[in-house]
Amino acid sequence: MSGDPKDLFSKFDPLIAERQALLDSGVRDPFSIVMDEVRSPTLALIQGRETILLGTYNYMGMTFDPDVVAAGKKALDDFGAGTTGSRVLNGTYQGHKEVEAALRDFYGTAHAIVFSTGYQANLGMISTLAAKGEYVIIDADSHASIYDGCFLGDAEIVRFRHNSVEDLDKRLGRLPPEPGKLVVLEGVYSMLGDIAPLKEMVAVAKKHHAMVLVDEAHGMGFFGKHGRGVFEEAGVEADVDFVVGTFSKSVGTVGGFCVSNHPSFEVLRLVCRPYVFTASLPPSVVATAATSIRKLMHAAPKRAHLWKNSRRLHQGLRELGYQLGTADAQSAIIAVILPDQDRAVRLWQALLEGGLYVNLARPPATPAGMYLLRCSLCAEHSDDQVGQILAIFEAAGKAVGVI
Amino acid sequence: MGATMSDRAETFARVAELIAPFNKKGATLGEDTTFAGDLEWDSLTVMDFVAAIEDEFDILITMNMQAEIDTVGQLVDAVETLKA
Repeated sequence: MSGDPKDLFSKFDPLIAERQALLDSGVRDPFSIVMDEVRSPTLALIQGRETILLGTYNYMGMTFDPDVVAAGKKALDDFGAGTTGSRVLNGTYQGHKEVEAALRDFYGTAHAIVFSTGYQANLGMISTLAAKGEYVIIDADSHASIYDGCFLGDAEIVRFRHNSVEDLDKRLGRLPPEPGKLVVLEGVYSMLGDIAPLKEMVAVAKKHHAMVLVDEAHGMGFFGKHGRGVFEEAGVEADVDFVVGTFSKSVGTVGGFCVSNHPSFEVLRLVCRPYVFTASLPPSVVATAATSIRKLMHAAPKRAHLWKNSRRLHQGLRELGYQLGTADAQSAIIAVILPDQDRAVRLWQALLEGGLYVNLARPPATPAGMYLLRCSLCAEHSDDQVGQILAIFEAAGKAVGVI
Repeated sequence: MGATMSDRAETFARVAELIAPFNKKGATLGEDTTFAGDLEWDSLTVMDFVAAIEDEFDILITMNMQAEIDTVGQLVDAVETLKA
């Protein structure tokens, strides 16, 4: 054989061209922002300018909590920079057991398993729980990690229309009764910031004898009496079999987990490939996570301030004339809907030049082909900052001509 | 007891009717018309359309099955099998 190999990158040429055309129009690349300095959970230096952060998922502002940072430093000194090993070999330190204990206490469950990221938690749980011939039933707007968990496993995958209780009921009703079934739901859907009708959905799943997994990535910390998530607020704790979550949002570091009361849960440590075949989290990370989780148990004033911020931003943006993803503030995510990529990127850039960072989200990550500027609030945003955020949105929106 | 030709033709006609609202390009529909290529459907359109087909025939087409279906003819065959 001779000649050049077939270029495997050629399939990406249309995307490369689209991106280049966007950059040629003079806008900055929304997916290449660098934070040169991070001064607090709500402030960073971006290209020499102090910028308010409104797109970090750092809901409870724990990243700079002094107790959390101190715990990480101590673990770094005492246990070193990394474990260099799998949880099932040399990678389980005292700190990994402590963070799992903190999770059991936070959720009031018998078991907790920690993964190296939230993405891997969904990969591991979904692909391991449902085997060939069994069924995973997912919401059409599920996060990529849920879809990828399905693709990693061998089960049959069924989708229902986003947040439709009736559609879920119908699809479960069409499945054969014998095989095992796992219904996967999210407390908060992160693109539009809408929450799931978990009370009704969990009841439907139970009616059809399915097990239920709820991903509370965007709900942990500030929904429900103990801050466990939307499932706690919905009063369905007893009927949810597995709760998946992440350390990279309210907890303020990185990592993923699943908690459960299932009596056989611990066997996952032997059979769950995304748990077994990867290195465990560094000691400093599990120490910061454990400290943060224990502090989140007593964070009622922070929760209240976060909700106040979210409601105020939602109302303020609505009054400015922006179209939002939800009719009211359902979570700490407020999504501004733009009609097309051009206006979305221009508004995004105008906000950044005004000193405000938000997330730009575009298809295929978004539902129904939408272009979104996604804002996520933090309990550490001051009242003054929320006022500044609204002022920046007003000036930028008028300059770009979208309000 | 395989389906008769007229059953299949009826299913094809019903599938074609359900494709119509999603057929923004006005592509001509035949056995070999492809969803991704000829109709240029993205994954969101596929989701809406599959849900419509499932509800019409009271069946489930899992994502695993969907991955094997490229053409209108293959979909009609799948529907025939599933409702049998």
